[in-house]
Amino acid sequence: MSWILILEQALNGLQFGLMLFLLAAGLTLVFGIMDMINLAHGSLYMLGAFLASTFVALTGSFTAGVLLALPATAILGMILETTILRTLYERDHLSQVLATFALILILNEAVRLVWGSDAALPMPAALSGPVELLPGLRYPAYRLVIIVVGLAVALLLYFLVAKTRIGMLVRAGASNREMALAMGVNIRWLFTAVFGAGAALCALAGAMLAPLFAVQVGMGENILILAFVVIVIGGIGSIRGALVGALVVGVVDTIGRAFLPILFGHFFQPRVASAAGPAIASVSIYLLMAVVLYFKPKGLFPARG
Amino acid sequence: MQATDQLFYVSFASRVMIYALAATSLNLVLGYGGMVSFGHAAFVGAGAYAASILMAEGVTSAWIAWPAAVAAAALLAWGIGAISLRTRGVYFIMITLAFAQMMFYLVNSMKAYGGDEGLSLPRRAEIGFGLDLGSEVVFYYAVLCILASMVFLLYRLINSRFGRVIVAIRENEARAEAIGLPVFRYQLACFVIAGAAGGLAGALLASHGKYVNPGVLHWAQSGTLMIMVILGGVGRLWGGVIGAAVLLCLEHLIADYPLGWLERLAPNYQQHGNLGVGLVLLAIVLFAPQGIAGLLSRRKAEAKRAPA
Amino acid sequence: MLRLEHLCKRFGGVVATDDVTLEVAAGEVHALIGPNGAGKTTLIGQICGGLAPDHGDVFFENRKITKIPQHARIAAGLARSYQITSIFRSFSVLDNLALAVQARTGSSFSFWKPVAKEKMIFDEALSVLEEIGLQEKKNHLASTLAHGEQRALEVGLALATQPKLVLLDEPMAGMGPEESSRMIELISRVRSRAAVLLVEHDMDAVFRLADRISVLVDGRLITTDVPEKIKLNEEVRRAYLGDELAA
Repeated sequence: MSWILILEQALNGLQFGLMLFLLAAGLTLVFGIMDMINLAHGSLYMLGAFLASTFVALTGSFTAGVLLALPATAILGMILETTILRTLYERDHLSQVLATFALILILNEAVRLVWGSDAALPMPAALSGPVELLPGLRYPAYRLVIIVVGLAVALLLYFLVAKTRIGMLVRAGASNREMALAMGVNIRWLFTAVFGAGAALCALAGAMLAPLFAVQVGMGENILILAFVVIVIGGIGSIRGALVGALVVGVVDTIGRAFLPILFGHFFQPRVASAAGPAIASVSIYLLMAVVLYFKPKGLFPARG
Repeated sequence: MQATDQLFYVSFASRVMIYALAATSLNLVLGYGGMVSFGHAAFVGAGAYAASILMAEGVTSAWIAWPAAVAAAALLAWGIGAISLRTRGVYFIMITLAFAQMMFYLVNSMKAYGGDEGLSLPRRAEIGFGLDLGSEVVFYYAVLCILASMVFLLYRLINSRFGRVIVAIRENEARAEAIGLPVFRYQLACFVIAGAAGGLAGALLASHGKYVNPGVLHWAQSGTLMIMVILGGVGRLWGGVIGAAVLLCLEHLIADYPLGWLERLAPNYQQHGNLGVGLVLLAIVLFAPQGIAGLLSRRKAEAKRAPA
Repeated sequence: MLRLEHLCKRFGGVVATDDVTLEVAAGEVHALIGPNGAGKTTLIGQICGGLAPDHGDVFFENRKITKIPQHARIAAGLARSYQITSIFRSFSVLDNLALAVQARTGSSFSFWKPVAKEKMIFDEALSVLEEIGLQEKKNHLASTLAHGEQRALEVGLALATQPKLVLLDEPMAGMGPEESSRMIELISRVRSRAAVLLVEHDMDAVFRLADRISVLVDGRLITTDVPEKIKLNEEVRRAYLGDELAA
């Protein structure tokens, strides 16, 4: 186990975590401000990837394709919000769960009808080679780009939420909805805007991760659960919580999968290690979530005290 | 009807009843208890795997395997419930979902018992008394007895002290605590009972198909159970049964009886069945959240009020 | 019977309870008055267990109950009613009360026997029902009651647990004069069985019922005394009573 391998996996964890953050940020605000469970958030991630694959094919440029997918997904998201999701705000959580679950089914089939079960979004040739970060440490250029983009978006979000007036409104809405309403904040407009921004973030994550993972129907659901775990750990309604949670989950999951089986192999017999190692690795983040929740049932940085 | 067709429908009926049991168990915790558990499939799956693993290890008696399945599911529900029920609202829903997914991944990585390919069983469980559960008809009656008893037990439970408390907690948790009810304990008990019943359904499911795979724990299965409950009627005694029957029959009709006119309108519509399920579910949530049982009781009430 | 010692509670920057030391004697009606936002409901929450104080202790019958969960405090003999009506709306009026009686009488880990067969519970519930004067509405759904009737049920739920000390949070809120005088009669009947900590804005009721009055302003207890002295207290008049009495 060389330190190069560890560093590599740490970078992978950082990359994965930053992309998770993109999904979690929008999701945590939806929960925080509107107290609404939106299971279809992962579908926006999927739509972003599929739309990007089409735009890339149309324009011939990876960057242009990805950039076009952002507003396209944002618009679709806002349409969804103003038509169906808005009727769910005042409903109970069960109704929200079932309705957005229905949306997942509908959107999955809709995508299948339009694009088929999968699509291709190849990695841009210019970025497909490795970059030598340190002597001996060569890391794929594309993954580096993801990290850079992720960090840039995180900084941008921090600036927006912490330093601008809109950000203040969003934070007010997340920590105390009734108060924000009483102060005259136009919650409906604000929320549609936040939802659209969240959709765009999902699309960015979906498009950027597409060359690494497959673009297929149902890709949203798997990552959605991870996003939930992130928010639960980080605290609902908190962007800072989403970032911390996402990085923790990303790193723990990646490093867990890479090293736990090896670790187990050192301490246990091969038969036990080969069975238990991967099993524990795949559930390591859920165990982490359980531990966090035991001590802090509202997550690490809940927006509402 | 040919003999094989008949057997198919008997087997299908058994399957419907097993899902009815699973949906009813979810209805207890979700409908009556008000706890939106999105991970109920974990308990069904725990029961299925407990029974299957025992069978794979040579234990063929249902009298051992099925109670073991119930115990396994109850234990799992106790563990998951003890942590999850410390949270509320959206947290609770997501945590139950996450724990169920955790079980899915755990089971998926159990190579010794089939991993993601699943585990095939040589035979159905044995119940003795000269009865062979391998016969579809016998199995049907066994499941029918079990389902009927469980619904009856639910009926007694709802009207008992425990039932009143659970519904009161669903209605107004803060006040329930303020009149001296230890809310957490009752919710956990409800969660465990529902999980145990789900485990029984799982054991029956595994025996019925002589096969179990991690898919039975996937959260999409939890979603399917929830669809059945809302379809049939949340918090109503027959909600789980009605919902399971309607959903599975519809599924079967759509898959095996193509409609010519629909085929011309939308070719390959059978492969996009989920679109229909999604639209129907959305419609129910938006327009008929009381489900079928709710609609029926509303019609009855209106008929009573209307002048003769 | 009840003793609060140096209770403190803050929410972020707001000090809701500022070093409150108070006691309620057995058999007395102790009124707690003060302007809106003084922290009266927060105080009740800390006594009953819904809220945890940052500092200080709560003693009930000389037993420290500060860390005991709410349901255990109720079992020990405390009860509260809520300022914002909090009843079981989909239950009938009788069932509401029966539930409180059920909570008091043994465990509800009983899964088989129908509650309807437990005559004792319903007999007791009926007697509470008579006390609060809602006999005609006994089988009506709680959600269909008029506001004043719901407030009466609210108090009834607290009484049904047979408390030794009952905390009433503005029981007369939003009531007309007739309903108010019925509530005043009810509270004076209660005092023979239980001590009462009464939070109220209705000064008429307060001065008629209270043995002692404590005044809470901005989370701080400025004085505790008999009603006649409170009426004359300069600080209290300035902080709160002045407008009320002049009106």
